[in-house]
Amino acid sequence: MTRQRSVLAHLYMIMFLVYLMLPLLIMAGAAFNDSKLPTVTPWKGFTWRWFEALFADERMWNAFANSIVVALAVVALSVPIGTAAAIVINSVSGRVRATLYGFMVAPILAPGLVIGISTVLFWNSMGDSIGAQGVIPFSPGLHLSVLGQVSFIAAYVMLLVLARLQSFDMGLEEAALDLGAGHGQVLRRVLLPHLYPAIGAGAAIAFFQSIENFNVTLFTRGTQDTLTVYVFSQVRAGITPTINALALMLMLFTVACALIYETRRRRRAKVEAARQDEARRAEESML
Amino acid sequence: MQDLLRRYGSTLTGLFVFLTAFWLLVLVILPNVSLFEQSFRPYLPFVEIGGPKDVYSVDNYRQFFSDAVETTMFGIPVWISLHFLAFLDTVFYSATVTLICLALAYPLAYYLAKVAKPQSLPMLLLLLFIPLWVSEALRAFAWYIILTFNGPLNQFLMGLGLIDKGVRWQQGVVTDYDAIVAVLVYCYVLFMLLPIYTAIQSLDSNQIEAAEDLGAPWWKTHLRVVMPHAKPGIASGCVMVFMLSAGSLLVPSVVGSTSAIWFPQAIYTQFNDAQDWQAGAAYSMIFLLLCIVFVALMMRLFRVKLSDIAK
Repeated sequence: MTRQRSVLAHLYMIMFLVYLMLPLLIMAGAAFNDSKLPTVTPWKGFTWRWFEALFADERMWNAFANSIVVALAVVALSVPIGTAAAIVINSVSGRVRATLYGFMVAPILAPGLVIGISTVLFWNSMGDSIGAQGVIPFSPGLHLSVLGQVSFIAAYVMLLVLARLQSFDMGLEEAALDLGAGHGQVLRRVLLPHLYPAIGAGAAIAFFQSIENFNVTLFTRGTQDTLTVYVFSQVRAGITPTINALALMLMLFTVACALIYETRRRRRAKVEAARQDEARRAEESML
Repeated sequence: MQDLLRRYGSTLTGLFVFLTAFWLLVLVILPNVSLFEQSFRPYLPFVEIGGPKDVYSVDNYRQFFSDAVETTMFGIPVWISLHFLAFLDTVFYSATVTLICLALAYPLAYYLAKVAKPQSLPMLLLLLFIPLWVSEALRAFAWYIILTFNGPLNQFLMGLGLIDKGVRWQQGVVTDYDAIVAVLVYCYVLFMLLPIYTAIQSLDSNQIEAAEDLGAPWWKTHLRVVMPHAKPGIASGCVMVFMLSAGSLLVPSVVGSTSAIWFPQAIYTQFNDAQDWQAGAAYSMIFLLLCIVFVALMMRLFRVKLSDIAK
């Protein structure tokens, strides 16, 4: 690559990052503007009052709590389901495997609103057919949001665990069985410890996917709010910069998580480099 | 299966199979069967459900094509129903979004995979990931602020002297869907970038050098060496971006103009405002069909498997 082209490439990268970040910065800036509408122009002076309004906003806190509860429920269901499905699909092969795999990944590709509508219709008609209309669990509500979200989030967990299973040595289980371990012990002491990294990553992804989710939740929620739905309804119904204050706090939380992750990675990389250095020196002194 | 029984015994195997079956049957297959079945039923007041009027018909699907209005498509006047028009617009502009994302993301993916210094790569990826962790609702909202009449974009352009008075961006400048397309690109471009980046990363750099040493111009290297290797990534990115765009309800509702109807908005109106769940189900079936056709088309076109796309 010529020098000129590589300068262009760097420039493009920087412009792309600016393009990604600038809208978020503008949104954050509007949180401090003393104007009734969320904007940065015209600038009417610095204020904290939108943060005060945010902390006084009970509907928002209620929606926030709902989001967390739904996300925890989604994790609690999708992690065991995804793990079990990965174990099952790993034990079959050929056409059965291809068919099962198709059914399992299809919900990832299915549009959220189709998942949402079909979940509501299914539970509603179940309620109709046993003569129990409009009662939980058959009427729309956050419990249906959980079930709708699990239907595709479990697939993410399944894919992660399945990838991890490829590096698992089945011989370890054989050995454990030969040495007299029970079936429960084989699962708990041999297989699951190997899968924990994938299960952990799956749980994290499930949690954030659930918090993020909009389409499935909008159709299944009934009359209750989650945070994304609340933000949406606020944006539609004429807004105050309270939402900007909320956005800024969520972004700061994200950046904090990212920074913690990055510093931990750097420290690990440094330790690794030091170790390799030492090994090399030891090798050199041997020669 | 025999293997599972031997390793984990009947109780645990039963549990695994039960959980898998619960997921696939109760959460995936039966709801879709229900969607299919309901889409052929009429919308009736509660007391008439199960009565003589409750018979299967294709009325809901007919409704999709009824009430034609006159409009022009590429300059040709046509008679078409509003909902079908919304459907076609959604397909067309989602494809536009997909192509723009591909054009933006491919050079960047190549840069990240082959040009950027390995030391700076984790930092770059981290910076790219931050917007992805910010909720979609908020990203759309950020653009709502930028595009408003008194917003920073108009102020900036007026400051530069490029325009005399503010532009109503949300109403669209070239088409009704400008703002929606722009914001969808912003929201989903990373879903194109990451799979292509992963795909190019696994390409041996020696192959690129060999092509260059043998005198291939840069565009030919990309066309013949890099792109064929990145094909699964490109297919996966295109499917993700198209599906997310076509299925987006948030972005069109937040930044769309009143004259632009995105198909999910039409579904939502049927389902929520009109409370006509059956027509909503029929529209969802049409939408689902579109998605299946699109995925099948991409698998054909790029000759990839489902497992390459869904990763």
